[in-house]
Amino acid sequence: MKKFKALLLSFAMVLALTGCGSKENNDNAADVKTESDDSNAADVKSEGVMTHAEYIAAAVDTEVVIEAYVQAKQSWWKDSTSGKEQATVYAQDKDGAYFLYNMECSEADYKKLTEGTKIKVTGHKAEWSGEVEIVDATFEIMEGNYVAKALDVTDLLGKDDLVKHQNEFVSFKGMTVAPSKDADGNEVAYLYKWDGSGQEGDDLYFNVSVNDQVYNFTVESYLCGSDTDVYKAVKNLKVGDTVDMEGFLYWYEGANPHITSVTVK
Amino acid sequence: MRGLRKKVSGLLVLAIAGSSLLTGCHGSRGMTAFEIPEAFDTTKEYEITFWAKNDTNKTQTRIYEKAIEDFEALYPNVTVNLRLYTDYGKIYNDVITNISTNTTPNVCITYPDHIATYLTGTNTVVPLDELFADEKYGLAGSELRFDAPAQEQIQPSFLSECAFDGHYYAIPFMRSTEACYINKTYVEALGYTVPEVLTWDFVWEVSEAAMAKDAEDNFLVNGQKVMIPFIYKSTDNMMIQMLKQRNAGYSTEAGEIQIFNETTQELLYTIAEHAKTKAFSTFKISSYPANFLNAGQCIFAVDSTAGATWMGSDAPLIDISEEKLVEFETEVRLIPQFDPERPRMISQGPSVCIFNKADSQEVLASWLFAQYLLTNEVQIAYSQTEGYVPVTIKAQESAEYQDYLARAGEDNELYYDIKLKAAQLLLDNTENTFVTPVFNGSASLRDAAGQMIENVTKSVRRKEEVNAEYMEKLFDNVTSLYRLDQLESGGVAVGEKADLGELPQTAVVLLASLAGVWILILAYLLHGLMKKRKANQKTNH
Repeated sequence: MKKFKALLLSFAMVLALTGCGSKENNDNAADVKTESDDSNAADVKSEGVMTHAEYIAAAVDTEVVIEAYVQAKQSWWKDSTSGKEQATVYAQDKDGAYFLYNMECSEADYKKLTEGTKIKVTGHKAEWSGEVEIVDATFEIMEGNYVAKALDVTDLLGKDDLVKHQNEFVSFKGMTVAPSKDADGNEVAYLYKWDGSGQEGDDLYFNVSVNDQVYNFTVESYLCGSDTDVYKAVKNLKVGDTVDMEGFLYWYEGANPHITSVTVK
Repeated sequence: MRGLRKKVSGLLVLAIAGSSLLTGCHGSRGMTAFEIPEAFDTTKEYEITFWAKNDTNKTQTRIYEKAIEDFEALYPNVTVNLRLYTDYGKIYNDVITNISTNTTPNVCITYPDHIATYLTGTNTVVPLDELFADEKYGLAGSELRFDAPAQEQIQPSFLSECAFDGHYYAIPFMRSTEACYINKTYVEALGYTVPEVLTWDFVWEVSEAAMAKDAEDNFLVNGQKVMIPFIYKSTDNMMIQMLKQRNAGYSTEAGEIQIFNETTQELLYTIAEHAKTKAFSTFKISSYPANFLNAGQCIFAVDSTAGATWMGSDAPLIDISEEKLVEFETEVRLIPQFDPERPRMISQGPSVCIFNKADSQEVLASWLFAQYLLTNEVQIAYSQTEGYVPVTIKAQESAEYQDYLARAGEDNELYYDIKLKAAQLLLDNTENTFVTPVFNGSASLRDAAGQMIENVTKSVRRKEEVNAEYMEKLFDNVTSLYRLDQLESGGVAVGEKADLGELPQTAVVLLASLAGVWILILAYLLHGLMKKRKANQKTNH
């Protein structure tokens, strides 16, 4: 009986300590692509599920049902007043990409959304400042896995066709880091926030050029926080560096790539 | 590029519940109430943290930094560490998380609604009444090393917004309201004249008129494929102000929820009607009103006066490409009104609270810094960064500020006329502003108010019918989502302990296991007792 009592008390103590020390996992750190998959298997949709072309053709505000594969998780959060749990995710099938904004998602399910996981998503098509996305969505996890290769879109920069690859995992090759102006008018390689008003942990903005045109790229701090390699790498950039980059082709009043890796050549 | 929609990524509900559990685990009973020290100890070093909010505006950051530098020069034994946020919600979440670990900042920019939640902790936020009145270190006190305003020199209505439960828990820092930024060129092209005071009827009528298209599906008024004539940034404020203007229920001071009434329904039907034609949309659904306004794709853009520097063809801050920018004449007016003779608009803007610490000298240092933010130097400089208004009469009436106001339109930077006109709107209408009651749960009610507008707008765009049945369901859903029914039954006046909602799973498991252990211990004792009794009975036999 003594043994039983000791066991019981130990069990209770373990649980009590768990309660004291438990820390809710606010996992909004980057979970971005590390490798590509060259699978060429056909991407067959289930019944009632749209192809990517049908999704693109669908009008804004209509209900859409798609199947795609998680490429990166941007963030998970719980609304402070309503308690709603939501996730923002980049997904892609073999024909194109989908941005799943604030999709209903428990913290436990968020953990299951690893790179390549196939999901069926039901929501409404929306457009916010040019970014086409699925909102008010729910999802279910399906059998299947696919990780997209980065598509080189360097030559499409500044061209109308670039938008066709919105939200896709893409790469930019041989671009040159161009100067940005900080709060004191100095030329720098990157800024915290678009105007330099931020600080460590905030989004990083930097300019890169190719063919004499300058483009503004971002390290989105929810997608890739200050502890990620890309965040640190961008902070080490120097004006004039030649870089290869990968990331997601986010859109905000025009192309606004969210970079997930950068390599100085 | 300010457009990335950030969302707070916290676990507020769990954090609040978790904080009470942690408090229980560690046996803490909260802080001891702050008492003002006899004198500020200048021989000891103090390091304080200041969590501030800026509008993604580098000038604001520099003003904070300069204020800190100047303050530290006056008080060399105090170091102020600045942490910047661009989102009030994120500050709120971080504070809540840090209350449980006693790692709150010393000085924090905040909203009164948020302080109401902070007050659920014991002596967490320092009441300021005695500090205000302290002869030496109080407002304009004799021992201050700077020229601070006296209490009567703080705009009374702004100061009163920081008082609840019979005490002051904050000082106002900046004030703004909402304004309607208008493409006057298009209003006139449609055959209308912008009135001195906009009415809702006028805005709806012009908005519908702007929806006319040509045979190629281009809007006649702008010749483009896109036109959303009326966009509202904060739908929370939209509903709150409409209800106030109609003298309809929102909530009582004590926290009784009154928003689910016939006027609310009537307003939602009207909004739905114009959302259905797509003459009306919201920031959450479409994007920043300023982007559409500046692209000639919006006629009435309602946003904060603290967003004035983004509004208009000549705005100092523009978030769209040059090719999209359209030339037009911009006008600024009060938000639309139901009764132009009695305009009502919300008062908003950051306030500053001070968190309690074990060392009263550290709290005093915090108070000195908070008070420094009310000096003319800080007040005037910060107000000029946007359409803010200084919260002190002392700053408002100063020659420097009057000169600033008089120079509207001299350039498109510091003297950008739209920004100065927006600030002037608030200065001229301070007595027409209002704030909503503050209680633990008022932040949820505010969210619910906006959510109803977002929902009906989305629903009609998705071809759903908005009728009586829909309204009933909407009210039920919003009540449940924001736990407003729990607020009503719980009695949630500020300063009282509130029901913090459902316990997290870990807590439920912990409590259940503890209960289980007690049951088993009792069972074991009972078993032992019975065994002893049986043994005794055997002996007796």
